[in-house]
Amino acid sequence: MSDFEHRPLLDEDAGPLVRPYTVSNGRTAPTAKLDLLSLVRSTGQLRPSQLENEHAEALLLCHEPISVAEVSAHLRLPAMVIKVLLSDLVDCGAVIAHAPDPAVDPTDKSVLEALLNGLQRRL
Amino acid sequence: MAYNGDSDRSPAQQSALPTAIKLLVAGGFGVGKTTFVAAVSEIEPLSTEETITTASIGVDDLTGVGDKVTTTVALDFGRITLDPEHILYLFGTPGQDRFWFMWNELSDGAFGAVVLADTRRLEDCFPALDFFERRGTQFIVAVNEFETGFHYEPDEVRAALDLKPNIPIVCCDARDPRSATLVLVTLTKHLMSAAASSVR
Repeated sequence: MSDFEHRPLLDEDAGPLVRPYTVSNGRTAPTAKLDLLSLVRSTGQLRPSQLENEHAEALLLCHEPISVAEVSAHLRLPAMVIKVLLSDLVDCGAVIAHAPDPAVDPTDKSVLEALLNGLQRRL
Repeated sequence: MAYNGDSDRSPAQQSALPTAIKLLVAGGFGVGKTTFVAAVSEIEPLSTEETITTASIGVDDLTGVGDKVTTTVALDFGRITLDPEHILYLFGTPGQDRFWFMWNELSDGAFGAVVLADTRRLEDCFPALDFFERRGTQFIVAVNEFETGFHYEPDEVRAALDLKPNIPIVCCDARDPRSATLVLVTLTKHLMSAAASSVR
């Protein structure tokens, strides 16, 4: 493939030249249950080079645990599109995801302590 | 790419993913929410567009189409890696009142919230206070001290906001990482005492 094909179709003035939902083939219903804060990480079972365009770009971002919101921001695509892309990657075994349910319990003492310790380390 | 995911391995791998913690920063337009998120975040604040479903408002419902409409809102957020097992995400709520209906989805799963207040326009944070009180979401109030604003003591702000005595009020400089992080520490301590008092 040429360099041109690898470059995202972006134009500073006009914005993306491909409509966002084109990359999800018009699908708006992800097969995996994901929310903005669902974390995903690649399993290493598929290489980005085995995938096409946005799927490959999304997989590249997943080498470390990353949230749906971050993938959406980095690829400049709406969260709903990213949820479809990422659930494709879950379905083919390329990434694992935290299901949003059951949600983390906001009164969980060990999680609150991790939050406090992590914040205090930054002071 | 006909690869069959090895489903036997996924439960163990899944437990190896960190836990994401969500906190919200709310308040009126221009009160410094994005500044606050930027001050504490370890990354440049990012922006995502989320599609929100809400009950349609008004009477011009097209029969058969259903009573749900979707709206796209832009959300700014930052990230703090607390330790290898815990990542904090800090979301700024959209400031415009017309987006109030999407806060339900945004606040789902949130541990708690910081309501930023500006003493020059205290009333701007009323919708956020009302919302979190109604939802039962734990929150604290942080007064962002603008140089041009008059300095009020926390108790004066408490009286003006008609806040319950158990809800902490702190002053902060939203531009200062240490000051903003201290606000989050205060919120976390409040969450801990609220959690402790809810366990009987």
